[in-house]
Amino acid sequence: MAIDTDDIKPPLKERLSQQMSKLGSDMKGSQAWSSIFRPGSIFRKGYTDSPRNRSYVIMNSVMYHLHPVKVKRHAVKVSYTLCLGGLSFFLFILLTVTGIFLMFFYRPTAAAAWDDIYTLQTSVTFGLLVRNMHRWAAHLMVLTVFLHMARVFYHGAYKPPREFNWVIGVILLTLTLLLSFTGYLLPWDQLALWAVTVGTNMMGYTPVFGDQVRFVLLGGVEIGTDTLLRWYVLHVLMLPFVAVIFMAIHFWRVRKDGGISGPL
Amino acid sequence: MVEVPEHLRRRAEEARAKAAAKAAAAAGETPGAGDSGKTEEQKAAAAKIPPHLLERSRAAKAAAGGEESAPAAAAPAPAEAPAAAAASAAATGPGGHTQRLLTVVKSGSIQDVKSLPQDKVHVWPHLLVVEFAAALFITAFSTVFSIFVNAPLLELANFNETPNPSKAPWYFLGLQELLTMFHPMVAGVTIPGIGIFLLILAPYIDKNPSNKPEDRKFAISLMTVHLMFWAVLVMIGSFFRGPGFNFVFPWEAGLFFEL
Repeated sequence: MAIDTDDIKPPLKERLSQQMSKLGSDMKGSQAWSSIFRPGSIFRKGYTDSPRNRSYVIMNSVMYHLHPVKVKRHAVKVSYTLCLGGLSFFLFILLTVTGIFLMFFYRPTAAAAWDDIYTLQTSVTFGLLVRNMHRWAAHLMVLTVFLHMARVFYHGAYKPPREFNWVIGVILLTLTLLLSFTGYLLPWDQLALWAVTVGTNMMGYTPVFGDQVRFVLLGGVEIGTDTLLRWYVLHVLMLPFVAVIFMAIHFWRVRKDGGISGPL
Repeated sequence: MVEVPEHLRRRAEEARAKAAAKAAAAAGETPGAGDSGKTEEQKAAAAKIPPHLLERSRAAKAAAGGEESAPAAAAPAPAEAPAAAAASAAATGPGGHTQRLLTVVKSGSIQDVKSLPQDKVHVWPHLLVVEFAAALFITAFSTVFSIFVNAPLLELANFNETPNPSKAPWYFLGLQELLTMFHPMVAGVTIPGIGIFLLILAPYIDKNPSNKPEDRKFAISLMTVHLMFWAVLVMIGSFFRGPGFNFVFPWEAGLFFEL
């Protein structure tokens, strides 16, 4: 049987790939696409490995706020930094993400807090997992921030011109401890209540202003629902806000002071 | 992986090779440089001077020296003409130079070069890949850990029932440990306050400019002693304190520690 070859369509696979590539080029030519990706972005002009494109990846993306195009060769050595600063920052992001999830299921009142956590653990999909992650990541972050400080000290990285960045780092360490401590109260269980009682009793011994300090921290003369609200706002809003500002200065100064220190 | 631009590296290598060759040539020439060597050199130089410049200098000499030098200058001119013509094709100045040194400006007098060239690598991919791997690792670790270990949720807070022992979060257990030795104002406020203050002041106290461990024995020992002291306090507070915050051994009395 003779077949007229002109009538035959190309095989399905070929037509599909043609359609896909047409779709791709249509999408990349659209106004929406070019409004999202700036000129020079590798998502607009494609990426082939070249020094110029390697620069464009950073230069034409939001990454430019965090990293320069190039860093000293020794700065990428994991054995030097152990990634501790970066891990602290990443844990902060992880804590923000899991924390936002937890906020959907939590009311900061003495009557509701514990029940909300309990319900979250038993009735909310992934509730237990996300709460676990939030708690373990928080402890981990205290640890990484602390180790980061030790690492910086042992490398003498606080020396000129980086003195002020060290000061900001100590402030960030304090903020991390406060973030962790304010979060400690929120489950409103026996562990939370009495750990915070021990902690705030200590702060009550501040010379001269002891009672006032304690009153402001507790929102009253003893721990109660007002304390919970106060520490909740500190934990989810105020301290992260302050920490983000100090982090922005911290990262900016790392670059302005000539990248990370060393090599030894 | 090599991040020194290829063309710059090549240029530097060529310049180095050229300088080495020149130095070698000079070294070979100087021992034999007597009277004859010098005249040879001068002749070679004269051969490379463009003819119109020679003409001009000869005219100038003639004008300055008067009639007597004029014939002498005129006589050699035809003899030198072929050599001069050959040299003009090469278009080089005295000594074979294609350019003249006008002046030497020392670096720092008109422009101050602050940054010396450094060995640098692109952040993408070298740094971002490492950071991405670290982020992936920590996410995986905390997810897996969270699957297997649950965060504690004790019974509802009860003001009438004080757990024994009552412990602060682990990072404050060093302070709580100090409470057993000092007045609460000293242990809870003064010591941590001074600690943070001294940490902030560290870069202004430590005037030693070196960051080499062998030059910083005192600073490193001091920090290590304090960190160890603190770690030991936290560990005692966490694992070795039982009911009534009395000292116990965890392998005998059990663990009184919640994260």
